[in-house]
Amino acid sequence: MSESEITEHKLTQLKALEAESIHIIREVVAEFRNPVMLYSVGKDSSVLLHLARKAFYPAKLPFPLLHVDTGYKFREMYEFRDNYCKEVGADLIVRRNEDAIAKGMNPKDFGVARCCGLLKTQGLLDALEEGEYDAAFGGARRDEERSRAKERVFSMRDEFGQWDPKNQRPELWSIYNGRIHEGESVRVFPISNWTEMDVWLYIREEKIPIVPLYFAKERLMVERKNMLIPYYEEMKDQLLEGEEPKMVMSRFRTLGCSPCTGAVRSSATNMDEIVIEAAAARRSERETRIIDHGSNSMEDKKKEGYF
Amino acid sequence: MTELNIKMTKEIELLRLVTVGSVDDGKSTLIGRLLVDTKGAFEDQLLAVRKQRGAETVASAAEIDLAMLTDGLSAEREQGITIDVAYRYFATPKRKFIMADCPGHEQYTRNMVTGASTASAAIILIDARNGVMQQTRRHTHILGLLNIPHLIVAVNKMDLVGFDQKVYEGIRSEMQAYCEKQGVQDLICIPMSALEGDMVAVRGENLAWYEGLTLLETLETLSALGDIDSKPFRFPVQLVNRPQTAELPDYRGFMGAIASGTVKVGDEVVVASTGLSSKVAEIVTFDGNLQEAFAPQSITLTLEDDIDISRGDMLVHPQAVPSDTKELVANVCWIGSEPLSVRKKYLLKHTTSTVKAMVNSIDFRRNINTLDKESADELEMNEIGQITFKLLKPLFYDSYADNRSTGSFIVIDTFTNNTVGAGMIV
Repeated sequence: MSESEITEHKLTQLKALEAESIHIIREVVAEFRNPVMLYSVGKDSSVLLHLARKAFYPAKLPFPLLHVDTGYKFREMYEFRDNYCKEVGADLIVRRNEDAIAKGMNPKDFGVARCCGLLKTQGLLDALEEGEYDAAFGGARRDEERSRAKERVFSMRDEFGQWDPKNQRPELWSIYNGRIHEGESVRVFPISNWTEMDVWLYIREEKIPIVPLYFAKERLMVERKNMLIPYYEEMKDQLLEGEEPKMVMSRFRTLGCSPCTGAVRSSATNMDEIVIEAAAARRSERETRIIDHGSNSMEDKKKEGYF
Repeated sequence: MTELNIKMTKEIELLRLVTVGSVDDGKSTLIGRLLVDTKGAFEDQLLAVRKQRGAETVASAAEIDLAMLTDGLSAEREQGITIDVAYRYFATPKRKFIMADCPGHEQYTRNMVTGASTASAAIILIDARNGVMQQTRRHTHILGLLNIPHLIVAVNKMDLVGFDQKVYEGIRSEMQAYCEKQGVQDLICIPMSALEGDMVAVRGENLAWYEGLTLLETLETLSALGDIDSKPFRFPVQLVNRPQTAELPDYRGFMGAIASGTVKVGDEVVVASTGLSSKVAEIVTFDGNLQEAFAPQSITLTLEDDIDISRGDMLVHPQAVPSDTKELVANVCWIGSEPLSVRKKYLLKHTTSTVKAMVNSIDFRRNINTLDKESADELEMNEIGQITFKLLKPLFYDSYADNRSTGSFIVIDTFTNNTVGAGMIV
């Protein structure tokens, strides 16, 4: 921490957010029997993991990381995940809905909603049940989407992992109620109050490693419904009529599954340029996520247990 | 944005605020206006809103239903009301804001208390046509009870009263008189038209007679953190850090967020519950040890002596220890659906400690409209009253008026585990 940050006892807004997040993470470890941190390999997960390391320094993370893998993540994400978790000494658990994967679940033939529902939501619920976790940290932020704006920091889930937005516990001051009944669990969102801009500024400030896909590069892309979809050799048979892969200088603002996450045209090759681009952005980051489109989709998915 | 601007964005402070008022006062419109004018709403969110309004509506920027941007749940959009607290984020080159958007109806008092509990400033909306209503007084009283440092009265819909200065002055003087009676210290009144945009983010052309700051300028210049760092040191221990590794076999660090005050290496600290004392050996963070730390930083402390400390204990300044009691008197806003009643048992969570408590007496219930004290056998949802609890073990506290962190608690129902009350220690 530099000198300038403690003069006059003022905290910069990033340091204030950091302090709040660390407090939340510690409360969960103090009050729950078996917490787990959901790790999606994206930038928000990177921030969350970094905050958790700060919270328990000099001790190791007192909980494992859980990656609910769909099998459709970008190759760069898998590489990054394995290297980074090893580097920071995190205990990584990977779970997949093998049943659905074996049945060939994919967004093109079965639809995005069904594919997400089985590979992500069901995969997550199964993994949480299997691990008997009573608290799961997630990197969701309230600024991402309007139903997430109503989400609590400690978000209760019933025995079926479902969310009831009309019946949420009020959260007062910074006192979190971690009491639950047998079978219930909580999702905890320590970076609820961060915006996309805060995440980027913090990554830049703290030099947090992120998947290289976030940085602009000439990449082989297909243009589909105004979205840039990265092209891999194995997608050859899935190309639609008139589609032709071409090199585009582009990057990802958010990372999900490869068939459903679009890139944006960008020349931002370093953190400064990404921050500048985020500041100038006129469109929200979730626009490049197919999953969010359609009326009410996030609220409905959240009720069912989606993150 | 240039290199210099990145630096500024990084160094700006955080201000938490709350807005209260009903739909009819134009609250959602005001928030929408702040989001749009500070670019806190993205183009695709605006487009989504336009889509939902259907093809028959003209979708010019001025006519977008800004309320549709802020009401996040489908039930809210169906009913055209805001049910739950929603949190909104926007930033200017000077500050980042977290805004709790609270419903105004009486039955949602609990949401207002929730949203206001973390706020350093509150915006109370008044419809200039209606003036100060009973609801305005109720909101102001509750915000006063929650000890919000700055109250801003937004006299909205000035466009509908012809931007008449007399209308504004009437409302201003009435609010000032009311706030003085309530003991509210910092009151700021601003005339505005959220719909037209006058005096929200820009001055506009219609309110030339008003010489004060715009709403956004006001929000950018209020003191953000208040004075929590100048109050006595309070450090509720969240966890004890014991890595027990080969390198750190005997390490014991006390983890927590500083609730108030500052701490330096070498400072004497006392455990409030036992009176045992020691000196601060190190202030540990991931980024290196500090010489000094202050509220609301999250840190780990190591002490010179090996004394018994665990979660729920509070390390405090030796010359300014908190009060302790087994009979706690507090203003309580009831938020549970089952009423509070005498002799009922609950759990109180205060900082990091949870104690068993029984309601000894309901000293009075505050009539939220007349503000009179009334006698009562129960406190129903959304009611506020003064309660005396009997505690199983002593609680170490400051009064809420002195310290919002160590003077507040939540009431937990032991059967449902729900949060049913918000307590402010008298």
